[in-house]
Amino acid sequence: MIAIRNLSKSYKTPKGAVTALDNINLEIQKGDIFGIIGFSGAGKSTLIRCLNRLEEPDQGDIEIEGRLITQCTPAELQQARQKIGMIFQHFNLFDSKTVFQNVAFPLKVAGHPEANIQRRVREILELVQLQDKEKAYPFQLSGGQKQRVGIARALVNEPDVLLSDEATSALDPQTTYSILELLKEINRELNLTIVLITHELDVLQHICRNMAVIEHGRIVETGPVDKFFLNPESDTARRFVKIIEYYREQRIVMEGVGAGI
Amino acid sequence: MKDDLLELLWRGLLETLYMVLWSSLFALLLGMALGVVLVVTEKGGLLQAPRLHKVISTVINSVRSLPFIILIVLLLPLARFVVGTTLGPTAAIVALSIGAAPFLGRIIENSLKEVSVGKIEAARAMGANASTIIFRVMIPEALPALIRSMTIGIIGIVEFTAIAGAIGAGGLGSLAIRFGYQRFREDVLLSTVILIIVLVQVIQWTGDTVAGRIERKRTRFE
Repeated sequence: MIAIRNLSKSYKTPKGAVTALDNINLEIQKGDIFGIIGFSGAGKSTLIRCLNRLEEPDQGDIEIEGRLITQCTPAELQQARQKIGMIFQHFNLFDSKTVFQNVAFPLKVAGHPEANIQRRVREILELVQLQDKEKAYPFQLSGGQKQRVGIARALVNEPDVLLSDEATSALDPQTTYSILELLKEINRELNLTIVLITHELDVLQHICRNMAVIEHGRIVETGPVDKFFLNPESDTARRFVKIIEYYREQRIVMEGVGAGI
Repeated sequence: MKDDLLELLWRGLLETLYMVLWSSLFALLLGMALGVVLVVTEKGGLLQAPRLHKVISTVINSVRSLPFIILIVLLLPLARFVVGTTLGPTAAIVALSIGAAPFLGRIIENSLKEVSVGKIEAARAMGANASTIIFRVMIPEALPALIRSMTIGIIGIVEFTAIAGAIGAGGLGSLAIRFGYQRFREDVLLSTVILIIVLVQVIQWTGDTVAGRIERKRTRFE
């Protein structure tokens, strides 16, 4: 389980402090696929990056699987991060390393013996269906393949949680779909908790069970995904749903269904 | 052609190579250390320490603002302390190493900065410590750029070696000044110039080839 309590974070700018996160409280159950949605600048990226302290929160607590992340010393934090996988919008693969070496990297960091690394990397590459690409370099891969390597790299050390920072935002719709299917499959097979942030409604609708809406650094709505579409409460949620409805109406008009032809 | 020409050139070339080789080695080690420290201590860097960064940066700028010939004179006492003399190629290596290191430090810093923040973040998110990130992520990722920077640096050292020759270091530079200029030996002057040009070409070609080979390995389509 992930628990976020009273989390706040602000940035110092020349014009004064800007609040990025304002007293966030969230609970995410083990095995859930939890989506955090918001418009650009709402603070969703800051929030997910606080979970593994790529960003240091100003105050509040983060607890992941019983470990208080916010209380960790630097050495403990390194330990904790080995069990928190993360995937990124721009993949962030190491261009100097082959697919195999990229995926092996977290295991080397965690100090696994070489024989285990070989076996484990092959295993996970099979899961993401890239067993034939282990000697390729990232430059030689398509966007979807790169993100599969990113996922393999994030999962290879058997994390408790997978954080997804807009992992499908740089991919085309079809590739997005296949990556989401892969995440769903992983969630089912490994009972892995996935926290993802997105600005794409499709993503939310496709794989998330629960979600939170973030607006100006605050959680304004949280609950099952269905509720978001059926009964949006917050301003952001209504705006998102309105966009969907607009296109639905357009389609009805264009296809002539509404005109009764 | 006078019959001492070949012998003079041969000795000069050996001295130059001796100086360039050793001072490149020391300057690269020092420059690498400076470059890495500059990058990681920067604000928002891996081990940020903005004050330390400022101090090192200022020292580097100060050393770099001195004309090299003056720097050598300033470093003469150090050369005497380290190698016991202020004359000859070995004494020049002290000044060359220290004189070139700040320049190398800067261009190495620039190369390392090209490594995207995202890659470093990914490594941090995996729980990698600072030394793993520096040696297993930043340096390998920047390697082709680093090799190109080092090529520029070594060519700079060849240039510095020639200047050091003017005040007693030996080598091709000294030959060009003492024989070519002061004794009106145009054959010596011309030959040394050609040798230095060839030397620089060889260094540049080697750097380009090595960097290019690494880049091609990483980007080749199969």
